[in-house]
Amino acid sequence: MMQEGLDDGPDFLSEEDRGPRAVNVDLQTDATLQVDISDALSERDKVKFTVHTKSTLPNFKQNEFSVVRQHEEFIWLHDSFVENEDYAGYIIPPAPPRPDFDASREKLQKLGEGEGSMTKEEFTKMKQELEAEYLAIFKKTVAMHEVFLCRVAAHPVLRKDLNFHVFLEYNQDLSVRGKNKKEKLEDFFKNVVKSADGVLVAGVKDVDDFFEHEKTFLLEYHNRVKDASAKSDKMIRSHKSAADDINRIASSLYTLGTQDSTDLCKFFLKVSELFEKTRKIEARVAADEDLKLADLLKYYLRESQAAKDLLYRRSRALVDYENANKALDKARAKNRDVLQAETSQQLCCHKFEKISESAKQELIDFKTRRVAAFRKNLVELAELELKHAKGNLQLLQSCLGVLKGNT
Amino acid sequence: MATSSERSPPPFPDSEDQYVLDSEEVGGRDCDEEDGEDLFMSAIEPPLTDTTLPTASQTSDDLLKPPSDIMNNPLNEPASGQTQNKPASAAVSEHSDDFIDLTNNVVATLKDATEISLDEPSDDFVDLLGSETEPPREEVVLADVSVEAVMGKSEVAGSDTDSPGDGKQEAKESSPVPIIDLSESSSSNTQQPPGTDKVFDPLADLLNDSPLITDAKNPRSTTTDPFIDEGSDLFSEPWQTKSAKQPQKSLFGEPDEDLFGEPLHTISKKTLNKEQKNKPVTTKAAADDTINITGPLQESKPVEPADLFSEEAVASAPSISNTSKASAVNAKTNGVLSEEDTDIFAEATVELSLDSPRTERKKEVIDKPSATALSLSAAASLTMPQAAALEELEEVEEEEQEDKFDIYVSVKDPEKIGDGMNAYMAYKVSTQTTLAMFRNKTFTVRRRFSDFLGLYEKLSEKHGPNGFIVPPPPEKSILGMTKVKVGKDDSSAADFVERRRGALERYLQRVVNHPSLLQDPDVREFLEREELPRAVSTQALSGAGFLKMINKATDAVSKMTIKMNESDVWFEEKLQEVESADQHFRKLHTLVESLVIHRKELSLNTASFAKSAAMLGSAEDNTALSRALSQLAEVEDKMEQLHQDQAANDTFSFAELIADFIRLLGAVRGSFDQRMKAWQRWQDAQAMLQKKRETEAKLLWANKPDKLQLAKEEIAEWEAKVTQYERDFERVSATVRKEVIRFEKEKAKHFKRQIVKYLESLLQSQQQLIKYWEAFLPEAKAIA
Repeated sequence: MMQEGLDDGPDFLSEEDRGPRAVNVDLQTDATLQVDISDALSERDKVKFTVHTKSTLPNFKQNEFSVVRQHEEFIWLHDSFVENEDYAGYIIPPAPPRPDFDASREKLQKLGEGEGSMTKEEFTKMKQELEAEYLAIFKKTVAMHEVFLCRVAAHPVLRKDLNFHVFLEYNQDLSVRGKNKKEKLEDFFKNVVKSADGVLVAGVKDVDDFFEHEKTFLLEYHNRVKDASAKSDKMIRSHKSAADDINRIASSLYTLGTQDSTDLCKFFLKVSELFEKTRKIEARVAADEDLKLADLLKYYLRESQAAKDLLYRRSRALVDYENANKALDKARAKNRDVLQAETSQQLCCHKFEKISESAKQELIDFKTRRVAAFRKNLVELAELELKHAKGNLQLLQSCLGVLKGNT
Repeated sequence: MATSSERSPPPFPDSEDQYVLDSEEVGGRDCDEEDGEDLFMSAIEPPLTDTTLPTASQTSDDLLKPPSDIMNNPLNEPASGQTQNKPASAAVSEHSDDFIDLTNNVVATLKDATEISLDEPSDDFVDLLGSETEPPREEVVLADVSVEAVMGKSEVAGSDTDSPGDGKQEAKESSPVPIIDLSESSSSNTQQPPGTDKVFDPLADLLNDSPLITDAKNPRSTTTDPFIDEGSDLFSEPWQTKSAKQPQKSLFGEPDEDLFGEPLHTISKKTLNKEQKNKPVTTKAAADDTINITGPLQESKPVEPADLFSEEAVASAPSISNTSKASAVNAKTNGVLSEEDTDIFAEATVELSLDSPRTERKKEVIDKPSATALSLSAAASLTMPQAAALEELEEVEEEEQEDKFDIYVSVKDPEKIGDGMNAYMAYKVSTQTTLAMFRNKTFTVRRRFSDFLGLYEKLSEKHGPNGFIVPPPPEKSILGMTKVKVGKDDSSAADFVERRRGALERYLQRVVNHPSLLQDPDVREFLEREELPRAVSTQALSGAGFLKMINKATDAVSKMTIKMNESDVWFEEKLQEVESADQHFRKLHTLVESLVIHRKELSLNTASFAKSAAMLGSAEDNTALSRALSQLAEVEDKMEQLHQDQAANDTFSFAELIADFIRLLGAVRGSFDQRMKAWQRWQDAQAMLQKKRETEAKLLWANKPDKLQLAKEEIAEWEAKVTQYERDFERVSATVRKEVIRFEKEKAKHFKRQIVKYLESLLQSQQQLIKYWEAFLPEAKAIA
């Protein structure tokens, strides 16, 4: 375990390309510990992920094993990292978002209700659309959870965490429960205190230029990324509805084509066919933008939040350290409890230095990782856009050729 | 020959079945034309092989063999000289020869066969057959046509639509439905007469007997002439007819194709057979008469037919009675003609026997020189169809001419005049024309929106009741106009004005492209006169508007109460079509509108994302990434423009096109309503007349001579009215029909043009898209 730790460090950035899943962080897990989600099952409002681990680490009983985990258990793992003081100096990989199938489930239900009011073709078409949408969300959810595990597995320190190992290996329910109301309330207050404290702490001038710069950068970056993510979501949503419209136009044209008695019917059918294909391409464009752009932004929204949290912890430690210094000065002046103050001051100093040391590396890694991920995704985005646009162009050209030949 | 014929019978049944299946399949297919052509091709090919190999084994099919044999035999024997000439042209020629022979001999049987076969293949055929059956002559003609058609197929000259025309004509005679088909194929109709003539000629030639030929020639001088000239060319003529068949197919549309398809299938060798069948039919007609004439043919035929026709031949034989040989020949020909046909023939034969009246008629006709009878009958049948065909042709020509009116109207420069709620939009209406009826070649006037509406009011008042489809202008839009009036320079107001401008332009263009409407003085006045009296009645809230609303309401009520039992299937079907089209177009329109909305939304959202991306780029501290992000922002900016343009294209090229057609469909329905009203008037008058007659009877009974006179006068008056109204109704019906056909043509034309334009705009935006992303790609790759 220890010896393996050294292997990963610098490799965070390299590619991790497995299948179609959206991996917005580039990680390379070496052979000593590989984690993936091999399967997932949607049951009512729960999603059960099968977490599959392959490892040569000695502290696992087997080389390869799988366990079934739910979203709550991921959250528990994440929280255990956050609460662990030892990890204060690291960017804790952001927890995966809660699976949200409500929207598409609702739509599916509506579809069922409206079944009588539409034609059979329309219904099947809508159903297919919704199923595809559902599947896409499902895949995305799985991918998000997987990314979290991969990030942890690739982290030089976090991968050695005992909780993580339990999470991976213990083949029974971890019996983590969702937080109850009291705990949620506590969390809420903690957050309020934290953000209030964050404002206070943020006002403290940092002694280190690097951190000072990172702090201002992250603050702004986080806001921007938040904004961009929301906007990209909106853009993609309207793109999707436009694609849906095209789809409906295609089926409407199709009915026109089948109803028409003149020679126009073939024309209608041809155009309908074109629209049907165009719609597929447009839908793909929207889906790819979603995958390559919106998901990327969303991931870095959470990651930048995690980085911000790291900075907060460091600033907090700094403030604590300064307070300890003051307390020590006071104690010396009064010559009372000097030893105690000294120990606490040393403790704070140690903590702060430790955080600073790892935080610096973490932030540098964060940046490299970010740049690589953006590069990869933007290049892919451009390539996909080009591919789709070209496909569309070809489609239009051939269709126009046929239509003009006919007229 | 005998052997061949003997062999042939067994194979035929099988082949028949197959063929039948084929024919059904063909019928099922929508795009029959292509199939038909293929079939023809195949048919042609086999004949050729036949020519080379008389044994017909070449075609491979058993069926083929027998026909080929038959063909060869008959050809050689009867037409020898002709056939020889023809062989050069192709196998088809041989077939034709065979057919001819068959026709001569078989004529009677052929008729039956043709009738039967026609029924089986398709309704159209049935019609045709029916017509044929009724007038023996027609049948004969058909047979000839078919024979010719076969020939034509081989030639594929395509020049002669005649044969189709004949078929149509016949169909017309036989029943209204066929007529409809004919009318649809109008263009072909005109050609039809000649085709029929040709057909006759070939028959005459076939008959060889001078009396027939001469007779035929006489009745149809034109047709006969061609035949004479062609003389040996008989084959060539027939070939032409074949080509004509192809046209027919197209004309008739699916049914024809189906028919042909079947024949064709059979034709592969059987096309010939069918032709032969047709010929036989013709010959039958003639046959009754002709049998004697065709002596030579008979000889050849008898042997073959005997095998093939067997039952059929027997059945037909009695009716024909002229010659057992002939019947036998016919039977043979039938078998030869097509396997399917054989079934048909079986029926046909039955029919023939049943048809004894027909045959009698034929005979009667025949009583005269058989040839003359044939020709006469043919002529008679032809004349009717021809006349119809000619009419149709004229119409078509007229339409085409109409479409060529050299006038172009544009509506430009919308301008807001006045302020506040009294403001209105004025448009510049420019006309470019070379028509003599206008004083200048180009002129421009300013018109406000209500002027356009006023023009429509006038036109629809004048021409609507006559069944014309008066192109409707865009509707008044209080909401849209209020936006304009309020005068915000907001894009939706500009959008509205542009939409309306386009709609007005298309509206005017439609008006001036309509041949009858262009002649209207109001249209000319609208285009030319500087000042136009203000159209008041178009205001929605004016007294006139109120009256109009009441009128509309009463119209709607009366429409509901009028229960028209539609006698014309065409109108019934069209009305249904129009209504369902209206519904679908409306749906499509909402969908396109929603696409426009979403596209605009997309454009908006893309713009805001572009902004966010730019901000993110500025926040990013990696230089290359920051650069790439701001590049991405630029791309998204351009995309926004692209989406916006596309939304405009969606609106103007697509949504407006559909909106136009929804309006036009409304006008079409209006013309149907007018027709119904005319019908109602006629019915009312009839009821009234009935009442008057009853009173007269009562008076007569009551013996009141003083009032009787008055009653008689009233009856006379109402009788005149009834005839008047009936004529009105027929006229309106004719106009509506013409207008609807015109509308459909226009619709197809406009739709294709507009959609192609729309797709081109899509194409362009995709090209732009590619350009943008290609420029971006290296930037993304440059991130390090």
